[in-house]
Parts: sequence; C-alpha cells; structure tokens
Amino acid sequence: MAYADDVENEELHEPTGFIWKYVWSQDHKVIAIQYSTTAILVGLVALVLSGMMRMQIGFPGSIDMDATAYYQAMTMHGMIMVIYLLTAIFLGGFGNYLIPLMVGARDMVFPFVNMLSYWFYLVSVLVLLASFFVPGGPTGAGWTLYPPQAITAGTPGSEWGIILMLVSLIIFIIAATMGGLNYVTTVLQARTHGMTMFRMPLTVWGIFVATILALLAFPALFVSGVMMLLDQTIGTSFFMPDMMQFGSQLDYSGGSPILFQHLFWFFGHPEVYIVALPAFGLVSDLISIHARRSIFGYRMMVWAIVSIGVLSFVVWAHHMYVSGMNPYFGFFFATTTLVIAVPTALKVYNWLLTLWRGNIHLTVPMLFSLAFIVTFLVGGLTGLFLGNVVVDIPLSDTYFVVAHFHMVMGVAPILVVFGSIYHWYPKITGRMLHDGIGKLHFWITFLGTYLIYFPMHYLGFLGMPRRYYAYEDYPFIPESAQSLNAFITVVAIVVGISQLLFLFNLAYSYFKGAPSGGNPWRATSLEWLTPETPPKHGNWGSSLPVVHRWAYDYGVPGAELDYVPQTTSAEEVPVHESDHDE
Amino acid sequence: MLTQARTTSLPFAASSGYFDQRSASAKTGLHLLMAAMSSMFFLFLLSYILRSQVSDWEALSEPWQPLAQTGQLWFNSALLVVASISLELARRSIRQPDHGHSRELLLLAGLSSFGFLVGQLVFWNFLTSRGFFAGSNPANAFFFLLTGLHALHLIGGLVAWIVATVRLSRQRRQPTEEGLALTKLSIELCTTYWHFLLVVWMFLFALLSSSPSTYAAIAKFCGLGD
Amino acid sequence: MTFAVILVAIVVVSVLFHFLSPWQATPLASNWGSIDTTITITLVITGIFFVAIVLFMAYCVYKYKAVPERRSEYRPENKKLEWWLIGITTVAICALLAPGLIVYNDFVHVPANAVEFEAVGEQWRWSYRLPGKDKTFGRTSVTRIDENNTFGIDPSDAAGQDDILIAGNQIHVLINQSTKALLRSKDVLHDFYVPQFRAKMDLIPGQVTYFWFTPTVLGTFDILCAEYCGIGHYNMRGQVVVDDASSYQKWLSSQVTFADVLSGGTVEGLVDQGQRLASSRGCIACHSIDGAPSLGPGWLDLYGRQETLSDGSQVKVDGPYLIESVIDPAVKIVAGYPPVMVAYQMSDEQLDSLVAYIASLSSDPDNSTSIQPSIEE
Repeated sequence: MAYADDVENEELHEPTGFIWKYVWSQDHKVIAIQYSTTAILVGLVALVLSGMMRMQIGFPGSIDMDATAYYQAMTMHGMIMVIYLLTAIFLGGFGNYLIPLMVGARDMVFPFVNMLSYWFYLVSVLVLLASFFVPGGPTGAGWTLYPPQAITAGTPGSEWGIILMLVSLIIFIIAATMGGLNYVTTVLQARTHGMTMFRMPLTVWGIFVATILALLAFPALFVSGVMMLLDQTIGTSFFMPDMMQFGSQLDYSGGSPILFQHLFWFFGHPEVYIVALPAFGLVSDLISIHARRSIFGYRMMVWAIVSIGVLSFVVWAHHMYVSGMNPYFGFFFATTTLVIAVPTALKVYNWLLTLWRGNIHLTVPMLFSLAFIVTFLVGGLTGLFLGNVVVDIPLSDTYFVVAHFHMVMGVAPILVVFGSIYHWYPKITGRMLHDGIGKLHFWITFLGTYLIYFPMHYLGFLGMPRRYYAYEDYPFIPESAQSLNAFITVVAIVVGISQLLFLFNLAYSYFKGAPSGGNPWRATSLEWLTPETPPKHGNWGSSLPVVHRWAYDYGVPGAELDYVPQTTSAEEVPVHESDHDE
Repeated sequence: MLTQARTTSLPFAASSGYFDQRSASAKTGLHLLMAAMSSMFFLFLLSYILRSQVSDWEALSEPWQPLAQTGQLWFNSALLVVASISLELARRSIRQPDHGHSRELLLLAGLSSFGFLVGQLVFWNFLTSRGFFAGSNPANAFFFLLTGLHALHLIGGLVAWIVATVRLSRQRRQPTEEGLALTKLSIELCTTYWHFLLVVWMFLFALLSSSPSTYAAIAKFCGLGD
Repeated sequence: MTFAVILVAIVVVSVLFHFLSPWQATPLASNWGSIDTTITITLVITGIFFVAIVLFMAYCVYKYKAVPERRSEYRPENKKLEWWLIGITTVAICALLAPGLIVYNDFVHVPANAVEFEAVGEQWRWSYRLPGKDKTFGRTSVTRIDENNTFGIDPSDAAGQDDILIAGNQIHVLINQSTKALLRSKDVLHDFYVPQFRAKMDLIPGQVTYFWFTPTVLGTFDILCAEYCGIGHYNMRGQVVVDDASSYQKWLSSQVTFADVLSGGTVEGLVDQGQRLASSRGCIACHSIDGAPSLGPGWLDLYGRQETLSDGSQVKVDGPYLIESVIDPAVKIVAGYPPVMVAYQMSDEQLDSLVAYIASLSSDPDNSTSIQPSIEE
C-alpha cells in the first residue's frame, strides 16, 4: 500500500458550478447523497405499494385493487425494498460516504467509475419504474421471478414488465459492480498512515465484506437474469421445460426451473448478508459510541463478519427445502444454516456486552440501535425455525416466512438506516436532526413494526399461505384471523404515514437544525476529525490524518476525556494494543 | 501487504506517492473485476453442465453438429494467443530505455484481438447459415451466449487497449515521467486482462466442444447427475 | 428507565401473546406430530434465548444509564466469556438441529407399504391419478396432453391402461394408510399443501416430486397451492377426503380408468363435448359452474343474463358474445373482473360445444333451447 501524501500531485481540483458539484460529481460524499436520496425516494414507492397490499388483505375490497394489481404491487415492493433501497443505500449510500472518511482517504480510488456507478443505478431505477407504464404493467411474478411462471401468460406483466425488470436488474448489477470495485479497492489500497485493517471501524469491515459478497454473488443474478431474458425474448429453453398452458402446448422443452432457483438463491442468500453485514457494522459503531464503551470483542466481531460472509455461500438451498430438489440436500443445508447462527449470535452477545458496564446515552441513534437488537433477535431466532429443514416444511410459504424476513431483513436493517442517518446527519449537513421528532418517529416505528410482525408469525403457525390475494372460504382459517389482519393493516398504515415525520425532520433540520459542530457525539473515528464539517472536497485539507490506535478507545483509564480520537498519539494517551492490534 | 503491522506508524514507508497508489489501486481493482467475471463465467459453465444432462441436449461436438470441425475456432484461438503473447512482450519491452518494440507489439495485440472478434463473428455466421439458431437447441443457445459475452468483455478490453495506445504514442512524442508511469500501468493492466480472457476462452472452448460423456462425467463429479 | 420498562413489557406481552393467542397451529390430521414436536422444541429453546437476551438488555439499559462524570469500564475483550457463549450457543443449536434431522430422515424415507396417488397441478386447478390394480403408473409426458388425454399418459404403456383418472378437484385417501403423493405440473410451479397434514412439496413441470403422509383423521381438508403460480394462485383449491375403508371402496368403484376414457367418449352430445373441453382446457379453473366466486364470471345461469361491462355498457350473454370472449377475451370485460384471460384458439365445432355447455348451465329453459350453432363466416 502506498500513500498519497503529496497534495500537489493529487487531482484535487475542486469542481465549481452547481452541475459539476452536485450532478456530475465525482466526490464520494455527493455520490453517497445521490444514492441515498434516490434509494429513499424509490423506497417510498415501495412503501405505498405495501400500504395498498395491506388494505386489500386487512379490508378486502376497500380499495380498488384486483388480483393483477395486487401481485404487481407485491413483486415491485419486494424487489425495490431488497435491491433498490437496502442494497443501494448500504453500499452506495453509507459505503460511499463513510469508507473514505473512516479509512482516511481523500476519495474513492476510482472517482469516475464511482460516478458512473450512481448513474447506472439511476438508470436501473428509471427502467424499473418505467415498467409501470408499459402495456400489461410491471411484472407480477413475485420478487423471486421463478420461471416458468414469470414469463408465461398466467402472470401479470409477463411480456413487457418482466423484460424491463430483468434489464433493470442487469443494469443494477453493473452499477453495483462498479461501485463495489471502488469500495473494496479503497479499503485495501487507500487507508491512511497507521490505519491497519484491524484498526478499521466495524462499519468499514461490514461494508467491505458485504461488497466482496456482492461482487461474487451478483453474477449469479446476472447469469439467471440473462438466461431468463433470452427464454422470454428469443425462445431459448434454459429454464423452460416442456409445458402447456391453458390447454395449448408451448414451444419450450427440456429446461430446468430448479436451475433458476439454485442460481437465484446462490445470489439471494448472500444478498441477505449484503444488507445485514453493513447493518451489523454500523450498529456496532453506534452502540459503542453512544454507550461510551469500547466495542466488546472487536477481533471476534471481525471474524464473525468474515465467517458469516464465507458461510453465506453454502446455505442458499435452505430457501428450497420444499422446492423438489434432491431431498438429501436438506441435511447438508440445514446444518450449514444452523452453523451460521453461531457467529451471528456472537455478534448479538457482544453488542449486549458492550452495553454492560457502559455509560449509555439513550440518544435517537442509540434507541434505533437497541431496537435493532430486539428486532434482529426475533428475526434471527425465527430463522432457526426456517433453517431447520423439517420445521421449515409446514412453515415455508406461509405468513411465518413473511414475518421472519420482514423482521430480519426489512425492519432490522431499516432501523439501522434510520439510526445511522440520525448519527451521521450532523457530519453531512453540519446540523443536528430534531430530537423530539426523532424520538416520536422512533417509538412509532419500533413499536409499530413489532406489533405488525410479531403477531404475523402466528398466522403462519395457523397455516395461512403467503402471496394470496384473498382468503375467502378456507374453513381452517378462523374469522379472528381476519381481525388480526385488519389490526396489522391499521398499524402498518400508521407506521407508513409516520415516516413522513422522518422526511419532515430531514428537510426541517437542514435549515433549522441546531449547529452540530465537528464532533457532536464525541466519537473517535476519523470522519469526526475532518478539518471542516461538512467535509470539503478532498476531506482532509492539506495533509492526511495519521492513525495511532483503534476506533474504540472509550473510557480509557488515565485519559483526560472519555474518548480518545484515533489520531491521538501513543505518547499522549498510551495505546492498549495488546489485545486488539497485531 | 494487508496484514503488515504498522503499530505506531511514524515514520512512514517512503512515500513514492501518488502514482504508486494509483497503480496499486488499478491492479487491485482489475483483480476484483476478474474475480467477479470468473464468478459469472463459472456459474454459466455450471448451468451449462447441469442443462447438458437433460435428454433434449444435443452436444455441439456430435458428428452432425457444427463443432465437429473446430478448425475456425482453433484459428481464432491462435489469434487470441498471439494477442496475449504480444502484450506480454510489450509489457516487458516498455521497461527498456527506448521502449523496444512496444508500439509494434501493442498494435499487433490489438489487430489480432480484432481478428479474433471477426473470426468469432464469421463462425456465428457459419452457424446461423446452417440453421443453428440460439432458439433451436440449448447447446446452441449456450454457445452464442457464452461466446457473445466473452466477445463483449474483449471489446471492453479493446477500449483499455486504445487508451494504452494513445498514451504510448503521446509518450513517444513528448516523454514525461508521469506519462511513462501511466503508459506502463495501462499496458500492464491490458496484459493481465488479456491473459485472463485467454484462459476464460480456453475453458469455454474446451467445454463447448467436449463430448456428452465428458459432460456426464463432470456432472457426476459435481454431484449434479441424477 | 422508560426504555427498560418497555423492553420488559415487550417480553411479557410477547410471551403472554404466545400462550393466549387464538391463532395456533391448525389441528393435526396426519402422522406428522413429530414435526409439531420439533416446532415446540425450537419454540422453547429460542424462547429462552429471546427472554434472556431482551431482559439482560433491559437490565443494562436501566443499570448503566448515562451518569455525568462516570466512565464506562475499559475492557475490550474477554476471550473466556466469549468462548463460553459460543459453547452454549453451539449446544443449543445442536439441540435444535439433531431432532430436526432425525424427523427429516423419516420425511425423506417413504415407508415400503405406502400407497401412491398422483396430483397434477395446472393453472389453477388440481386433478389426480391412481395407479389402478397393477399399482404402477403409466408413463406420462406433457407433450402427449390433448383434450382426450388430459394426463398425457402414453397409450402404448400397458401399465397406464388401468390408471384411474380423477378430473375433479377432489381426491380420496384411506385413513391410517401411509400415502405417497407423487406431484406433477403441466405448466408452472405449484405446491401441494394441506395445512392439517403439515407436509408440503412443490410441483415442478418436467419432473415428478413426492412426499408422504399418513392421514389420521376422517374428514375433508383443503388443498392449497403454496407456491406462487400466477394470477389465480390464491384460488387454486383442491380437496382431499380422508375415508374409512368402506366409503373409500365405494368412491373408488365409481371412478373411470384410462382405458375407459380411450374406448368411450366417441359418441357424445354437444353439451358433453363442451363439458369435457371446459375441463381439459382449464376453463373451470377460473369460471365456476356452481355459482362459487371465481376469477372470471361463473357460468351458472350466465347464459341469457344481462351483464355490465367495464366501460359501463350492457351486453346480453349469448352465443356470439361468448365466442368473442373466448377467442378475443380482452375486448369485452365484465365489470368487476380483472382482464387476465388469454385468447384461446378453438375450432368452430369446439366453440359451439362450449357455448352449448354454458347454456346448459342456465336454468332458463327458453335460453338453453334457443341456441343455434352460430359462427359467422
């Protein structure tokens, strides 16, 4: 690794003019904000779609939504939330903003590619949204897009909608790859003086490992997407078997629908961790900072992130226990899946042990972080039901699954997104978000989502299948289940609307928020030590920061303050590196 | 490099500065890109093997199929090998004080790569003229898909090759230390990438022209055969 | 303080909800009580972890709330504690996994004495086949399916001649008899799911999947499709009737074999032809014939009725209208129904028979007698 100290040699020409500064920007901070804003906006579309679906389930017929629209909303909601919101905001948003700042770089190593990454992402979003306006509407194939159903006539949007969806995904993958090359290379090659890998904040570790997963897993989605696109457009039979539909033979033969599922989940399961690992990293930092205590078991936390990342490539078929694949695979995948619970549990323990004997400030970011632990715990524990093959058999494709994944990879990461925005907003804008609105937003979101998804597991125990437009005349479903669904819908609508509080807070505080100063949370990591807030182009002024210690020196005995910034030298405050540096 | 311990950091490793970092970053970036591409081609090949075990598969190497005679493809492969070798030689000669024959070698690499692409197109044409379309058999579909993707990656490489060529000729006209560093970097990156694409092509070629029994054996080895 | 109290409240309410909730597993009707046991084991173990972890968190939040001037303890690591925690978690995971794998081993091993039936899924209905006296199914292929051979059985395969074909949505099985369900799909993925039996499995076109169960309770149970299969997914209903031996035999004796189908059916009236066509082309998946709600307009008493279209205009349901709706369904959509039907290609003769069949479902005798074969040239 080499360092770029000599500012004169750097391409540090700060761009001038609005267009070059905010539109065609190559500055990682601007790109991060572009990514986040786009992701949140498209996420709002998905939120509205989910509200419409909930109305249909809770109060059938209350809004004008037929089965076609329902399945289209279901598909778009899922795909947008998983890919275009969560993946984009964690990697493109937080990854872009925080990696260079946290490792002490002036920017990403390939700023131009970074800019292209955002523009490709934007195009993929536009192509996706365009599918609402084509004949037949967007695809209603379910976010898993299983063939043959996804590209045959019985599914909404099986002509234009699915093509646009696949094209959009392919563009997104190109965008994610370009961004991913940047994040990983920046971590490997652009760390500043003294910033060893084992001194990096866990946020960087989480995003770093998640990005490596993305680079290796997204090709699986690309491969399946390209082959399905060809099946749909030029009539190849990669995934399409001999089949007939509505009484006529179709012109396909011999393809394997199961092959698609293997490819999809070979991407799909790492994708869960592409979202979860950055969340783990971010929340570790939030908890440590706001509990004023060094993160517990840093080294174990890093190894847990790495081993979860590795294991995530050998568990994919736990999504396919009842798919008709060779049933003996079940033994292997149940075992690997439950093994992954061990490093994951360790992370939960270490978060708790970070709280233990800390000095806990219940700030809004901390509230969201603690809520994350509860939500993630429920989602993780219910994952043990679904990972254990035989327990999965009655529960798969029921509302238990819906509740599980919304807890574990819907609500939990979103709580981290909120917590992190409350935490880093002062660095981005120089102003604090409004505390009171933040707390209101927090309580409605946390308690609301718990009320939505905790009881929903019980509809799954009951056996209610998911992806049903209506549940009329099924004798095993009691009347009361409909009441529960109505209750869930009411809470969901309240939670959905309450997100306006958050948007209002973002806008209001941008103009009226209290000035934050450079380091309002009294944190140690480099992003809080920039010469200006918000950081200027190039981040560090004339010389790069020099790192002397890890990012978690809180409550160090003998230090003057309860936190010791990473740039404080060992002469000023001794470095306790015996057990956290090599 | 990653685990190199830097406990209290000062004094720094002598900072030869910006170009070292840029060059190291570019190489790391390329390696990551190649890892992602390998993942993609690997998954395609796995799908290929899996799909080949279904009864409607007609391997392209069967006697009545177009890949029974692979002369054209061998010729194309030779062109790609020439491109790879000349890039390797260019990479070595650019280090010499007068840059040796780097310019001619670079040009040769570009031309033979272009020749490879044309050759592939000729073979595609040959296939379609004999009625082997992508939709007619899954083996054909895979052939078009895989060779097409490989060619697209090579076209991407040619863009980098153009950059290298422009930098080299600028360097010959107006030598600067900065220009030299960038030219070297460009040529090195191209060389690595071409070697990578050659290896991918050799895998593809070998697999696409294998016999059904080979597929069955591989499938069995991977535990995919039923 | 507030936060700690709320955390405790979450634990208490969640546990109470679990015990008081009216929404529990549907009563079991098969041998898979062992699956329920594994769920209970999982619930207990994960429940303990949930309660312990959230309560510990509440304790930390309460006990270590920020106090000015206090410093947190500086202890970045405690390897011994971490290894202990890893150890305990590993033990708990094994306690979940081991019983799970043991029961799963039963699930994948079908007993030797199991009897077989085959369920065939298509958008959005079920049909079934029994192997007949020889206990062997005839070979099938999707490419052989036509209106006389809706199961795609190979007529040259002797084993297929005595196969019993059940075109309706209802299958009967024998109580306390291990039963292996073979699953086949004509079009897309489906999933054979009876909540009371616990077990389920996907249907995959081009492949035969299976699972087994032993029904233990007499009665009629719904079969649900549990793998999203397109617009009618939520309405893909079937029924499985668990019989005792005598009623099972009675039901079985009234069923037809493949040989019957091949030999019979040469002479039949227009209405019978239409009925067969409606079944083989899958019309009745979306158009009920008993007045039940369905994806498209039900056919009971449809013929001769005035319908309001989605553009507000009125139309009288007659032969030409019905034929238009088959060959170009998007033109006139009855209000309140989604425009999801695809265009069907049928011969004039087939269209006439279908119209005759639909008309026969109307109670108004004037209408049903007045129809004429009515294709304009």
